[in-house]
Amino acid sequence: MARLELHHLSKHFGPTVAVSDVTLDIADGEFVVLLGPSGCGKTTTLRMIAGFVAPTAGRVRLGGREVTTLPPWKRNAGMVFQSYALFPHLSVAENVAFGLEMRKIAPAEIKPRVTEALRMVRLEGFAERLPRQLSGGQQQRVALARALAIRPDVLLLDEPLSNLDAKLRETVRVEIRELQRQLGITTVMVTHDQEEALIMADRLVVMSEGEVRQVGSQRDLYERPADRFVAGVVGRSNILPGKVVEPGRFETQGGIRIACAGGQAGPAVIALRPERLALGPAAQGLTNRLHGTVEFVSYLGANIDVHVRVSAADRVVVSQPNRADGRLPSEGDKVEVGWPAEAGVVFAEEAGRPQA
Amino acid sequence: MTSHSIVDSRRLGRWALNGAAGAVLGFVLLPLFFVTWLAFFRQEIPSFPPDGYSLRWFASIWNNPKFFDGFLLSLQVAVTAMVVGLVIGVPAALCIARFRFVGREALNSLLLLPLVVPGIVLGTSIYVFHVEVTIWTELPILGSIAGLVAGHILIVIPWCVRLVTASLAGFDRSIEEAAQNLGATPVRTFFRVTLPTIRPGIVAAALFGFVVSFGNLEMTLFLVGAGRTTLPIAILQYLEWKIDPTIAAVSVLQIGLIAGAMIVTDRFVKLSRVV
Repeated sequence: MARLELHHLSKHFGPTVAVSDVTLDIADGEFVVLLGPSGCGKTTTLRMIAGFVAPTAGRVRLGGREVTTLPPWKRNAGMVFQSYALFPHLSVAENVAFGLEMRKIAPAEIKPRVTEALRMVRLEGFAERLPRQLSGGQQQRVALARALAIRPDVLLLDEPLSNLDAKLRETVRVEIRELQRQLGITTVMVTHDQEEALIMADRLVVMSEGEVRQVGSQRDLYERPADRFVAGVVGRSNILPGKVVEPGRFETQGGIRIACAGGQAGPAVIALRPERLALGPAAQGLTNRLHGTVEFVSYLGANIDVHVRVSAADRVVVSQPNRADGRLPSEGDKVEVGWPAEAGVVFAEEAGRPQA
Repeated sequence: MTSHSIVDSRRLGRWALNGAAGAVLGFVLLPLFFVTWLAFFRQEIPSFPPDGYSLRWFASIWNNPKFFDGFLLSLQVAVTAMVVGLVIGVPAALCIARFRFVGREALNSLLLLPLVVPGIVLGTSIYVFHVEVTIWTELPILGSIAGLVAGHILIVIPWCVRLVTASLAGFDRSIEEAAQNLGATPVRTFFRVTLPTIRPGIVAAALFGFVVSFGNLEMTLFLVGAGRTTLPIAILQYLEWKIDPTIAAVSVLQIGLIAGAMIVTDRFVKLSRVV
């Protein structure tokens, strides 16, 4: 259990920049999720922490100790691999004991620690099984027990849930999170699944093209996205291209003029959260009010998505909570869409950075 | 009506498949069956139907020391060639499967080459090579056991490389990373994780290497020194003078030995998973 610091970490593979200048300070016991699409550098970053990839530049410090040049077997980082990577020829207990044997811990002490690790993941009765005799979910828990048994300074999770079916994933992510809290172990997880990231993380790191786009809590990323990319990664956004005419005035490509918070004149996009848009009578009194026609309605259960055409070039999705008293709009209805000026986040197009 | 014809055509298909499989199996097993049967005939000239049955041909093997000497030499050569072949073939297969380097494909082909060269050609060229080397170095290589074993190593290597490469093809490298992550050095990772995982491939390679070397005749004919015989050569020489069922009896013992080796091996590693 320890603090993990990454200082200006970079990795180049020939001319390709996989990770560029990543700096992160992860507190003892914190659960940080690296989130981004495939090829964004999140896995390379994790592998640099584990020691499988040597950084081109920068430093890694674990528990106050400089580990940048240490090989994987000299770092105390427990990793859960995407494929679980269980040793196929060893039993569950032998898999979990492997790291303890490598640390030359006395056999008398290994046995209780293996039992303890298996108890944590609720696999006490499976000690003598071989990995291929277990289900995917059980294998995943063995991998977790194996990584935790060595009492690592940091737990590294590389897309640990991607090979589980959707139902199991929902329960396992809560289990992992609870176990992590209970043990207070510093954890770094890599995932491309935003829902998983939002549920599990204390803090999220959004990455794209090798760079960190934003670091923050779920709320930070949702309410104050640093750029258009982050706005699309966490939650959904209506992105309307256009330009800022003057600070506070935005004009869409379709020629609609709307009020926004801040912004500097020039080409830009405005991002609007579907659930921040009001429809019909609820739009009364809001700064921005547009008239439109309902083109499409998706009934999603808890929510209803209403796609409204507001100009020849602009269409917005309005997400309505599904209430018992709510009236369901239908295709072709004339409706009013409204939102307060501060609900729209403006991003200048060239820089990709917020102007707000 | 339609469903009936579908069921019928399915059944027909299954019969055809089973029939074809049975025919091929019969084709493979028939010689073994006849050789085994013949070994127990009483009369000297093989003819059907047998006059009666006897174990005299098995007894006559013991009265012919050439078979026993041949067996011992074949065993020595095959075991040595197998061991050396593994020592060369396993690391070579690891390099070919693991690393990307210039000439990798060429090396792979080179190591498999002895498999495609006819035994007679291989034997002739190695013989000529031995003659030349013996003249140049004045070392007693021509007709030596070392020369014979070297030739056998050559024909064992392709099997080792091929079978071990095959078992490495589906190998998940992340288990090696997992071992290192848990504190194992690369050397310990190799012996604790890599080697046990590819063990079935190595065992199969050992078995096939042994069988290929033990049964080799064509190449061995050129390399075996004066006054020495391997078992296949002893069988051939015997056949030049006699065709009594002693040969069949020897073959039965050889078949039994190899079958035994396979059954024992299969108890430790499922050969069907590798080959």
